[in-house]
Amino acid sequence: MFQYKSLIASFLFLVLAACASNVPDPDPVEATYSDDAAATTDGYSDGGFGSGEDVPYDPMGGELATIIYFEFDSSELRPEDSDIVARHAVQLSGNSSLRVRLEGHADERGSREYNIGLGERRSQTVRRMLLIQGTSSAQISTVSFGEERPVSFGNDEEAYAQNRRVEITYTN
Amino acid sequence: MRNYLSRALLLCLLSVGVAEAQLVIEITEGVKRRPIAVVPFGWAGTSPNMPLDVAQLISNDLTRSGRFAPIDERDMLQKPTAGVDMDFSDWSILGVEAVVIGSVTQTGQNAYDVQFQLFDVFGRDQLVGYRMRASRGTIRRVAHRAADMIYEKLTGIKGVFDTKVAYVTAEQRGDGRLFSLIVSDQDGENDHKIMESNDPIMSPAWSPDSRRLAYVSFEGSHSSIFIQTLRTGNRIKVSSKPGINGAPAFSPDGRKLVLTLGGIDGNLDIYVMDINSRETRRLTTHRAIDTEGSWSPDGRYIYFTSDRSGGPQIYRIAVSGGKAERISFEGSYNARPRLSPDGSKLAMVHLNRGNYRIAVMDLKRKDLLVLSAGRQDESPSFAPNSDTLIYATRQSRNGVLESVTADGLIRQRLASGKGDVREPVWSPFQRF
Repeated sequence: MFQYKSLIASFLFLVLAACASNVPDPDPVEATYSDDAAATTDGYSDGGFGSGEDVPYDPMGGELATIIYFEFDSSELRPEDSDIVARHAVQLSGNSSLRVRLEGHADERGSREYNIGLGERRSQTVRRMLLIQGTSSAQISTVSFGEERPVSFGNDEEAYAQNRRVEITYTN
Repeated sequence: MRNYLSRALLLCLLSVGVAEAQLVIEITEGVKRRPIAVVPFGWAGTSPNMPLDVAQLISNDLTRSGRFAPIDERDMLQKPTAGVDMDFSDWSILGVEAVVIGSVTQTGQNAYDVQFQLFDVFGRDQLVGYRMRASRGTIRRVAHRAADMIYEKLTGIKGVFDTKVAYVTAEQRGDGRLFSLIVSDQDGENDHKIMESNDPIMSPAWSPDSRRLAYVSFEGSHSSIFIQTLRTGNRIKVSSKPGINGAPAFSPDGRKLVLTLGGIDGNLDIYVMDINSRETRRLTTHRAIDTEGSWSPDGRYIYFTSDRSGGPQIYRIAVSGGKAERISFEGSYNARPRLSPDGSKLAMVHLNRGNYRIAVMDLKRKDLLVLSAGRQDESPSFAPNSDTLIYATRQSRNGVLESVTADGLIRQRLASGKGDVREPVWSPFQRF
């Protein structure tokens, strides 16, 4: 009897969970990516898409995240990412021979060339932050891949959130 | 004799047109298919079989249009190959309204005469008849052209069976993906790989003479615009400025490209480039994303996507310069404008209840008709007769192509097993 009830309960829970994941979330809850980004940096950059230079260059040692994530339809830096960008700025302004490429991305929704624009907007946000904090313009190049280089191929919010990003790649 | 009526009914219910290797699945049965007959062509030549089953190709083309239902050969009471052998009463009995007959005759080692006649059963007269020269290399196109003439005679609409499509495919290769730019006949046959790359390829665009394709390539991890000549495979890099280079489209006279440039500051704007001199002239300066430029058929206006009012909407600006004028007002997201070649309609990607769909605006009436039914539909492209569009949609994780008539009545999935397909673009009418 008791086992039967818990079976129903877990079934209901699964059904509710499934239903919940199908409901579109108009105001995405801010995901706490900061810790995860640092931990999985190598995982993402070893995905093999494009940036041949897989290992993030960090002369100061320690793990420095190289992926910045963005909210839906937004190109604004989240507060926790400002610190990450600031640390890159310190590296770059401290060594003028360093070169960095900012690769902007968007999720797959909507039109492709417009998504190139969204990805570029995100790159430019990071670029402006770097410039303000002492990086010289000659050290930075930007590119946007729009929706063409996703890291996650799903069609759900989780996949979309992983694809809305800027990857910071040191090119020398 | 088999029961013709039950067979016709079965055809309507299944709504599957088999065209050799290209299976087409009809999604909407919005138009009653007209019963016709395409009689197997006669053959006179040195080999046992004609180089191409011309009647089958014509029949497949007409079936795929969604407007015709060719009857089965086994139901035909007679199979004339010359006009003198036509017996109209036999065809009246079968309920077909038109009959195509013809023959292929070998005239040389690699030379053939392809002849066809189209008859109106009720009026008991010939509507059109033609004889065309062909080689083994050109006989497919000749057969498609015959289908075009038959189609136009019966519908009043110019046929597009002798046209091509270009599209991009993406295949998983190890850790990354291989991108290919492909050109094929509009029925999916004869596909040729134009270009391939480990980096993304985007936004293919036909030149008005069909001889060249412009496209965006991300080789070297930055975007550049190339123009490639199809016959030779030679290509020239026409734009590789710092920042974004994107969304190329040829002007109607083939001499200019509209393109998107972002520059170092990443402010995407519309530019017009003279292809010969490579000089570019800036058209928009707004700090919004301005991209996806597309020409009006008279060459006077550029339609483009801009999010200057918050979300993406369609605007147009005179090529000679001036103020951008907003064109789309319905809904929160309208992008990727494409004018129909006759200038009467504007296709776009339109957000409709959370789904990105293809919609068409009649430019006179200003009303919007949603044509597709997917969640991530994109890249609409008009056929050169302005009657049908091709676009990309998603099936699970793969991109697939669909076509739809501009009135939305006939929509078809083009199932071709070519993997993840995107960005289809229909060629102009082909020269011979």
